[in-house]
Amino acid sequence: MFTTAILVKVIIIVSVFAITLVVAMYSTYAERKIAAFFQDRLGPNRAGPYGILQPVADGVKMFMKEEIIPDVSNKFLFIFGPSLAMLTACMTSAVIPWGRGITIGGNFYIMQAADVNIGILYIFGVVSIGVYGIMIGGWASNNKYSLLGALRASSQMISYEIAMGLAIISLIMMSGTLSVRDIAEQQQGFHWNVLYQPLGFLIFLICAFAETNRAPFDLPECETELVGGYHTEYSSMKLGFYLFAEYINMFISSAVISTLYFGGYNMPLIGRFVHDPNWLSMIGTCFLFGKIFFFIFFFMWVRWTLPRFRYDQLMNLGWKVLIPLSILNIFLTGIVMWLNGKLG
Amino acid sequence: MNPSSIPSDYLPIFIQFLVAAGFVVAVMVATHWLGPKRKSKLKLETFECGIEPQGNARIPFSIKYFLVAILFVLFDVEVIFMYPWAVNFKVLGESGLIEMLIFMALLLTGFFYIIKKGALKWE
Repeated sequence: MFTTAILVKVIIIVSVFAITLVVAMYSTYAERKIAAFFQDRLGPNRAGPYGILQPVADGVKMFMKEEIIPDVSNKFLFIFGPSLAMLTACMTSAVIPWGRGITIGGNFYIMQAADVNIGILYIFGVVSIGVYGIMIGGWASNNKYSLLGALRASSQMISYEIAMGLAIISLIMMSGTLSVRDIAEQQQGFHWNVLYQPLGFLIFLICAFAETNRAPFDLPECETELVGGYHTEYSSMKLGFYLFAEYINMFISSAVISTLYFGGYNMPLIGRFVHDPNWLSMIGTCFLFGKIFFFIFFFMWVRWTLPRFRYDQLMNLGWKVLIPLSILNIFLTGIVMWLNGKLG
Repeated sequence: MNPSSIPSDYLPIFIQFLVAAGFVVAVMVATHWLGPKRKSKLKLETFECGIEPQGNARIPFSIKYFLVAILFVLFDVEVIFMYPWAVNFKVLGESGLIEMLIFMALLLTGFFYIIKKGALKWE
């Protein structure tokens, strides 16, 4: 029984891992196609029909490139930086519930790698380690542009982490649990958290943009000032890892946003038409992926619409606007819950 | 609701770590083997917009970044304090709400102080 359980977990983990990689690969394609659409161009269309083999071609290209490690760099840290960035990006998906669960042969299997009761803390912990990947890589390169990019990245990410943590607190006050699955289960029907926590959602969304270093918060790799930012010296798949980790992070943060604020795998009203729990759970998973893809699109939409912040504006937004706002949100949540008699 | 997790609940996270680490190591080795190796002295220099690199990057940087890091440590610890409170918010009731309001007031006083001191002022 125990070995079967482990086998099932391994299957879930490996398939989630594969799906993550494929989604991240095709996000790069989607990004270029969407950018092309926004700028009235065609985008990649040479590799395969409509260019759908472009991500594969890019991957092969990355592998076949010469691996350059500058003479003056710290060799070990230079390799360790991108590895850590990729590793942390791949670790977060463990606690995200992908669906309610499937019953096979009388046994119920939940569609989640690890249902731990501190899921949200786990996500925060792993995301915080992600800062090291960028900082180590930028510092080890021994290049001034990389150093500046890494410094900007780390101080941006830690600043927005505070506001993100505070935004989540008001959500936890309502749910009373740190388990991601319990939070998803509590949002059955139309009780999506975004309806109760609109301000918290907005703060979380902005912080998610900053944590993934996406535009308009992409100052760490600001081309006009810093050449390539923290990955200036990187080539071959080590560069690929940094770029790829960004897309994986985008996928994971879309999944976290969908699960925490948009009901996760819950689909309102579907229970009236479909009664088989297995099918319900499968449809719920498809619905979750629909939400995730919408948010990935949203990330790209914003990138190709808004200009980049200036560094002082970025820090002011994080410290002087988002942190007070999220404290206000906690305060409001507490007062409203107290007035509604939700307190024991 | 499962009120307490047992250590075996964390086993999948360990498996996930092994899968992810295996993938990272395999790709790093593969890219090392597959790529061409025609290194030259110029290629192994760090990039500095085409001019000769001046010194190295182990240079002092703006103290502001350090200040932000210190403030982050302070505030993040305070945020972590609030998590157990938030989980038990409904159970603690009114007294919990009032206590947290006092804590928040102290936190905001400190926050106001660092802003007035100009700790977050970027030129």
